Amino acid sequence: MWKFRDVISILDYTRDELEHLFSVTDRVLERPVDVGKPLEGNIVATAFIEPSTRTRLSFETAAKRLGAEIINLEPQLSSMTKGESLTDTLRMLDDYADLIVIRSPYEGSAKHAADICEHPVINGGDGTQHHPTQAMIDLYTIRKLKGRIDGLEVGVVGDLKYGRAAASFIYGLTKFNVRKIWLVSPEPLSPRPELMDRLRKMSVDIVKTENIEEAVENVDILYVTRIQKERFPDLAEYEKLRGSYVITRKLLSRAREGLKVLHPLPRVDELSNDVDDTPYQAYFVQAKLGVPVRMALIGLVLGVF
Amino acid sequence: MSHTNEQETLRVSKIKNGTVIDHIPAGRALAVLRLLGITGGEGHVITVTMNVKSGKLGKKDLVKVEDLELMAEQVNKLTLIAPTATINIIRNYEVVEKRAVKLPDRITGILRCTNPGCITRQPMEHVSSKFIVVSKTPLRLECEYCGRYLEEEEVLKQLTQ
Ligand SMILES: Nc1ncnc2c1ncn2[C@@H]1O[C@H](COP(=O)(O)OP(=O)(O)OP(=O)(O)O)[C@@H](O)[C@H]1O
Ligand SMILES: [Mg+2]
Ligand SMILES: [Zn+2]
Repeated sequence: MWKFRDVISILDYTRDELEHLFSVTDRVLERPVDVGKPLEGNIVATAFIEPSTRTRLSFETAAKRLGAEIINLEPQLSSMTKGESLTDTLRMLDDYADLIVIRSPYEGSAKHAADICEHPVINGGDGTQHHPTQAMIDLYTIRKLKGRIDGLEVGVVGDLKYGRAAASFIYGLTKFNVRKIWLVSPEPLSPRPELMDRLRKMSVDIVKTENIEEAVENVDILYVTRIQKERFPDLAEYEKLRGSYVITRKLLSRAREGLKVLHPLPRVDELSNDVDDTPYQAYFVQAKLGVPVRMALIGLVLGVF
Repeated sequence: MSHTNEQETLRVSKIKNGTVIDHIPAGRALAVLRLLGITGGEGHVITVTMNVKSGKLGKKDLVKVEDLELMAEQVNKLTLIAPTATINIIRNYEVVEKRAVKLPDRITGILRCTNPGCITRQPMEHVSSKFIVVSKTPLRLECEYCGRYLEEEEVLKQLTQ
């Protein structure tokens, strides 16, 4: 069930619940632009304590398309600069709005927000593990382009240690019967023991490798992620690792027919522009689907779909 | 075994009423008191016995607190540092109840998450730590906020040093 439930981690959802979200998204897409204004009179608050382009703007767009008003917390212009806590700030937003979308650098902020707020909270990304709405979009994109998620081989490339989009996507995949997940990263950016342990318990077929060529030859979906510069304690280490893997048109010439490349964006140099006009490119579609999936999600959480 | 019993009672005189925490791994008696939040300031007569011989453990510590009956919820957190401990409730010089400590499903506020980015580590936010038990042996806890694991070694480090 979705109504008034906080959206904290993709792990909290069953496959059936995700399928339901996807079918509501299908309905939203069938009625382009105008699905009525079921959220007229509602206020959605966004509290993005960390920078974001797509996530925040697509939440705003989604809420507005449904007829809701938006209020934005601008951390640099708010009392947080005077040292007000996130906790007090959230209490205030909870008094003003019907739904709160939060992104914070502190891990577990969304759960904490959900604990203290009466109104539902949606996690717009926190720390290094959870970005549930991105994972919902990623899974929906695959379903739309491939017609299914079951039975596919999926490669996840890049920063699997700090990258929350990657971690959430991997957790999301475990809700379906994918054939195999290839985890491709340089050793210092390999997934945390917690993630590997959870995957082991779910008995998913996993291959951990540093060999991108082998992965590219085998997968149906290649999910590329950025190296998270902002989470590196040591910038010299970042400089060493950036560009460990660069996905180019040439590399993809070894791919299976029908391979699709996804990327949560923004990209830096891990995904070459020469892939943009190939049939592999699916990341712009993926970004575009951010709005309808979030419309479906907001509508479900506020109980109008 | 009555033999060890006699040796122990020789060492410390019998108490009339209270709680005896027995079979504490040697060296952890003071950590046990700290974890229970017993400082001595409460006024109870407290006897700490360390490094006595024990059939089961080789060596063990004991803590006796007079005129205080510790409740299950209070002592269960002792599993973190003294999983072998037994709690004996003494009334009128006799053991009237004997309990093993049982690991609770959740540990709140006692331990610190090792992830400096965790919301529970931000002093401004005043969020108590909360851990779920993932595995008992070896002990492994999971931060409910950030998902980071806390391993037995770290738990012991935090509670015994
Ligand atoms: N009246 C008392 N005052 C102080 N200590 C006591 C008293 N009665 C028992 N004890 C102590 O409490 C612990 C448990 O007592 P008990 O008589 O059950 O011993 P036991 O048979 O060795 O138990 P166990 O099997 O748990 O080792 C022992 O360490 C004993 O010395
Ligand atoms: Mg004994
Ligand atoms: Zn934590």
